[in-house]
Amino acid sequence: MSGIIEGSTGTWEMVIGLEVHAQVTANSKLFSGAPITFGGEPNTQVNLVDAAMPGMLPVLNDYCVEQAIKTGLGLGAEINRLSVFERKNYFYPDLPQGYQISQYAHPIVGKGEIEIDLPDGTVKAIGVTRLHLEQDAGKSLHDQHASKTFVDLNRSGQALMEIVSEPDMRSADEAAAYVRKLRTILRYLGTCDGNMDEGSMRCDVNLSMRRPGEPFGTRCEIKNVNSVRYIQAAIEYEARRQVDVLEEGGKIAQETRQWDTRQHVTRSMRSKEEAFDYRYFPDPDLLPLELDEAMIERVRHSLPELPDAKKKRFISVYGLSPYDAGVLVAEQTRAEFYERVLAGKRDPKVAANWLITELLGGLNKGGHDIDASPISADNLGELIDLLADNTISGRIAKDVFAEMFATGKGAAAIVEEKGLRQVTDTGAIDVVIDAVIAKNQDKLAEYRAGKDKLFGFFVGQVMKESGGKANPAMVNQALKAKLAG
Amino acid sequence: MSLDAAAVARIARLARIRLTDDEKNHLAAELSQVMDWVDELQTVDTEGVEPLTSVVGARLKTRSDIVTLNVTRDEVLANAPEATAGFFTVPKVVE
Repeated sequence: MSGIIEGSTGTWEMVIGLEVHAQVTANSKLFSGAPITFGGEPNTQVNLVDAAMPGMLPVLNDYCVEQAIKTGLGLGAEINRLSVFERKNYFYPDLPQGYQISQYAHPIVGKGEIEIDLPDGTVKAIGVTRLHLEQDAGKSLHDQHASKTFVDLNRSGQALMEIVSEPDMRSADEAAAYVRKLRTILRYLGTCDGNMDEGSMRCDVNLSMRRPGEPFGTRCEIKNVNSVRYIQAAIEYEARRQVDVLEEGGKIAQETRQWDTRQHVTRSMRSKEEAFDYRYFPDPDLLPLELDEAMIERVRHSLPELPDAKKKRFISVYGLSPYDAGVLVAEQTRAEFYERVLAGKRDPKVAANWLITELLGGLNKGGHDIDASPISADNLGELIDLLADNTISGRIAKDVFAEMFATGKGAAAIVEEKGLRQVTDTGAIDVVIDAVIAKNQDKLAEYRAGKDKLFGFFVGQVMKESGGKANPAMVNQALKAKLAG
Repeated sequence: MSLDAAAVARIARLARIRLTDDEKNHLAAELSQVMDWVDELQTVDTEGVEPLTSVVGARLKTRSDIVTLNVTRDEVLANAPEATAGFFTVPKVVE
């Protein structure tokens, strides 16, 4: 959908920026040795520092720092040699310290860029303003009791990377493409698992409307929109709401709004804007974080091939279409599977076709991805080989594939077991053809009288008689000669 | 720079500290003096001087990403004014 809204007073354009909170993949928390496991019993992954007991001091997890650097490098961003942890002060029951340790004036990562693919095939660069490290808060449950809020501090102190984009997006589709691309990059890097269902990736949307070409309008922030589909729906709703306000002569109040996942509307969250004064100041418990070049270089050398580079390679080396290459690199596991199928010897386009159309298509029906494939890369390769050396026909290959998908058996084993080997013996094919012609003398006469399209009928009969196993090219050739008489 | 009682009231509310009017007036004067002193400090020319982050030249200490869980849930909850079913419980927070 386009980001342009035709209102009653003219054209409006969306201006969108996103803040993504990505949970850092690590064993322990940012400033505490407590473990990070999703779904643990409440308050079982909490050290005293996570519960803000007096006298406890934070000690920085150096692996989380490396993960942030790695992400920064993956986004082509500046790595700041000096960054500062600050306290962001606010009161909420799931924030026991009364402040969140975050970074403000001096984040660990500066400006970078993410390229997104647009539906028309072009590429657009979306600026990344910054990435900083911060602690997550605990979790509040408001629906357990009539008059109480329940607090679980398991999440308290887990490391987050907040990744802030420039207001460079102009439609809900662009925002969705940005989130998907960022997720792919994080998963390639292994710095965040990108699991939006479990809250490892959460998104705040900043949106304002303007007349095309004019300065930005006043924006609203929609908090915690936690799926790509909701991001799109929240943007579409909020854009319409703002246009309605503006066209009635109203003003947009800069405020925080909440996405209602049931009614699909955004709602104002906090009326007291004054409460928005975080009074950041450098955390006196933590010295500034200094990075040395050797460490940054070490992380740089550990970077994997990233999706953009991989996509370019798949297009130039394997001759794939940008679309197919895009599908294969969207998940690192797909790209790996694909290259294992190729094994350096198989036809790249044929392999891509089987993998995307048949295998991913089949898996997608059950809501699965390549990780759940019942067919191994080796077995898919074997099927492609059987097709390439004419052991089986294309039609039989689809049947064999279906059997492989259902049972997980190897291609060659299924072909042997079911006797599906293609008949390429001209003598055997001739016998079938003779029998078909003998049974259809009337059709033969019609054909010879000029009804050419009956050729297809004869091919069909021969294939049927052979149980689909006759080599189609050989059937065509032999049949043409026999019918001609 | 000078702080009035209204500014003190606002800061106190942000910090969840309850103050009487007398205290607000008293603190307004005290805090204003602190602010004046900071203003005075800011007149010093610090051009070219690196910010001092540690008087002993220490660097931020870090730890390896190793799990060390030192306390049980019962210990974590031991000082909570209220706990139910393994959760801290507080008066309901309504958004």
